[in-house]
Amino acid sequence: MIGIINYGAGNIFSLTAALDRVGLTYGMINTAEEMDLYDRIIIPGVGHAGAAMNKLRESGLVPYIKALRKPVLGICVGMQLLTDYSEEGDADLLKLFPLKTLHFETRVAGKVPHMGWNSVSVQANNPLFANIADQTYFYFVHSYYIEYDTIFTAAKCDYGLPFSAAISKDNFFGVQFHPEKSGKAGEQLLLNFSTIQLD
Amino acid sequence: MLAKRIIPCLDVKDGRTVKGVNFVDLRDAGDPVELAYEYSQQGADELVFLDITATHEGRKTTIDLVKAVARQVNIPFTIGGGINEISDADILLNAGADKISINSAAVRNPELINQMAAAFGAQFVVVAVDTRSIEGEDFVHLSGGRIKTEINTLDWIREAQERGAGEILLTSMDHDGTKNGFDNKFLKAINDRIHIPLIASGGAGNQQHFIDVFQQANVDAALAASVFHYGEILIPDLKQTLHQHGIVVR
Repeated sequence: MIGIINYGAGNIFSLTAALDRVGLTYGMINTAEEMDLYDRIIIPGVGHAGAAMNKLRESGLVPYIKALRKPVLGICVGMQLLTDYSEEGDADLLKLFPLKTLHFETRVAGKVPHMGWNSVSVQANNPLFANIADQTYFYFVHSYYIEYDTIFTAAKCDYGLPFSAAISKDNFFGVQFHPEKSGKAGEQLLLNFSTIQLD
Repeated sequence: MLAKRIIPCLDVKDGRTVKGVNFVDLRDAGDPVELAYEYSQQGADELVFLDITATHEGRKTTIDLVKAVARQVNIPFTIGGGINEISDADILLNAGADKISINSAAVRNPELINQMAAAFGAQFVVVAVDTRSIEGEDFVHLSGGRIKTEINTLDWIREAQERGAGEILLTSMDHDGTKNGFDNKFLKAINDRIHIPLIASGGAGNQQHFIDVFQQANVDAALAASVFHYGEILIPDLKQTLHQHGIVVR
């Protein structure tokens, strides 16, 4: 069963609705003890990365999240929290990936936010993208992005520059797009996460 | 590549779609949830619900509708109409709406845009603008285009952008309902001068109109209602045509 970190950063109705649609069960995690109830964990998040990190710190869950050895999926800002640092709020984050979260605005000519459906190239046989074709479209809406990295980027997207549509390292996964709003492909990705087995 | 978006727009009143729909064998052509689901299956990229409910009781029904759509539909959707204050938006966000669209309320109280962007993030705030050209100048209109203001349309759109709008939904009243095509020249003029996504609305009558608006105005999305509801344009066909013309679609 999936545990959702409930730290007050944004609405999770869409996420739970998507899990319901694909028949996955879930519960909410409010305390460190509740982490033990689930075999995999989702960190949701919308809005401001710095503000979200502050809320996560206030929840007291940070050290427990960092110590997790079961599959963890960060979504959107929840993914950005996994990185070292965000320019949004000049914030230090969980430092689970040696990557930075940067602002599009000064770096690309295109419109910001990057909003809509964009195609992603899956970098290797990542289990998160099982049964999802290369160049599949997912729904994005964000003004900050995680830099592209040859090691940790699991799926690459281009918006004036290459960036990480998905990252993966050991048991930690993150997606910048919204699987809960990305049609059938997004639902497949949630199903994939529910069955990921770590080596 | 970021795809151009196709957005069907549904008018709802007291939780039911207002205009008839006859493009598929729906059990209940008035059920917006069933219709929204059907559009999502056809490949619509996003949906807009325009709520024209006047009564408080009807509003509650709308909230239930938003929840039902959020549960059953796997693409993003915007709800607009009757949103006048932060609390209205908050209720819709918590019911599962991805974005809200504000129109007249933002013109009457521009600070509302700042407040909503600060509270929910710019990506949640679509500012809808109804415009009409009068003797060569473009003016913002309110209440579905019935009331003229003295506000220049480009000035207002720029102000909305600076105040934190995440996206602009621009309806050309002179084109709306004509089925003669989008207001491409004006849309391009606006699009060239803003740095947030622009949704074109008003005038779609055939597939060529969508090709034109993307090629000539390079807008991010195109919205239409009746051509989709009456099956005059099927979304899979439209996507294929756009693709054949080199326009990136999902």
